[in-house]
Amino acid sequence: MLDYFSDLATWLTYDILGLDPATKAGTSIHFFIEDTTKILFLLVVMIYIIALARATLDLERVRAYIQSKNRLAGYVFGSGFGAITPFCSCSSIPLFLGFTSAGIPLGITMAFLFTSPIINEVAVIMLWSLLGWKFTLAYVVVGMTVGIVGGMILDSLRGERWLKDFAAKAYQKAAKAAHEQPDNTEVPESRKMTFAERHQFAKTELGEIVGRIWKWVLIGVGLGAALHGFVPEGWFADNLGSGQWWSVPAAVFAGLPLYSNATGVIPVMESLIVKGLPVGTTLAFCMSTVAASFPEFIMLKQVMTFRLLALIFAILLANFMVVGWVINAIEPWLFAGF
Amino acid sequence: MKTFEVLGTGCKKCVKTAESIERLAKELGQTVNVEKVTDPARIMEYQVMATPAVAVDGKLVHSGSIPGRDEIAGWLGS
Repeated sequence: MLDYFSDLATWLTYDILGLDPATKAGTSIHFFIEDTTKILFLLVVMIYIIALARATLDLERVRAYIQSKNRLAGYVFGSGFGAITPFCSCSSIPLFLGFTSAGIPLGITMAFLFTSPIINEVAVIMLWSLLGWKFTLAYVVVGMTVGIVGGMILDSLRGERWLKDFAAKAYQKAAKAAHEQPDNTEVPESRKMTFAERHQFAKTELGEIVGRIWKWVLIGVGLGAALHGFVPEGWFADNLGSGQWWSVPAAVFAGLPLYSNATGVIPVMESLIVKGLPVGTTLAFCMSTVAASFPEFIMLKQVMTFRLLALIFAILLANFMVVGWVINAIEPWLFAGF
Repeated sequence: MKTFEVLGTGCKKCVKTAESIERLAKELGQTVNVEKVTDPARIMEYQVMATPAVAVDGKLVHSGSIPGRDEIAGWLGS
């Protein structure tokens, strides 16, 4: 069914605009039209369906659920809920405090916040349609690993020592209460919703998400299209191949000043991979762009001391590099026939 | 006079929320006091995890989105 979009692009680019398929502009514009129409169509359909399913998922229940798990499972669930919970980055601070004042360890809260920008339904839909399920799965595993491992390291270094005072106090109070009465966390019943209510929720959600990301889709696919048309085949493989170990940290640092969400980066990733940039290096670049953004960090400054922020930043960067190297090393058998 | 507190760390949606409350109050000919609360410690006291959130006279009535017109009218009590 998705071939229709390629046909549409062929018709628009070569018949209506009269461009030559052999030229750089021709291939770039074809790529741009095919991908934007396909992605926007899939997004509208899928966001609506997913929103219907998760209409009753609210943060209070997520929090209670994470609380009811033991420590180790807490990291996994923290990161997992970070991936599936609809969540706007402007809610980072209230969410952080809500979790912390409920006695959830800092590392688990951060596992949620690390994973949240990397994995969401929009990212998964785009990856799936552009790069296939194998790559999508690898991306989800990597994103969750970065969150889980990052959270664990943070707790093993006892990062909560460097929270701002009021947050540290709230955490200690709740942790003490939980220690005295360990079994008082119950997951609240989910609200009962009629289909009409779910539909209303999904409609609002769809409008909000698409309204926020359509620009990013155009920018991301536009950049991807430019790379497609104008960077020679194999250029990355020749110049930044997996043999060059430094290409991974270079990719991480190149991604830092770039501020984008996953929606904008994924089409670029596709082009980079197609042009021969190793998958690990590409992922490292993508994670660095999406998950380590300065606006986000400046927000967290309200609840954390500078020392804690610097620590979190360092942990994230180290994680991205390790992920990049590991994936590059195992790429040959991971994406055999990719 | 009712006091509305719009809780949020200063994103666009919080500004919009405050604006819609002020606008509707004006339309209905009511005078209200709308305050934007950005202090994280104060937001934490309300146990809010998703912003923008709204409290009327110190009682939390809404969180997680820009409230609809009907909802605001309900709080204004008309």
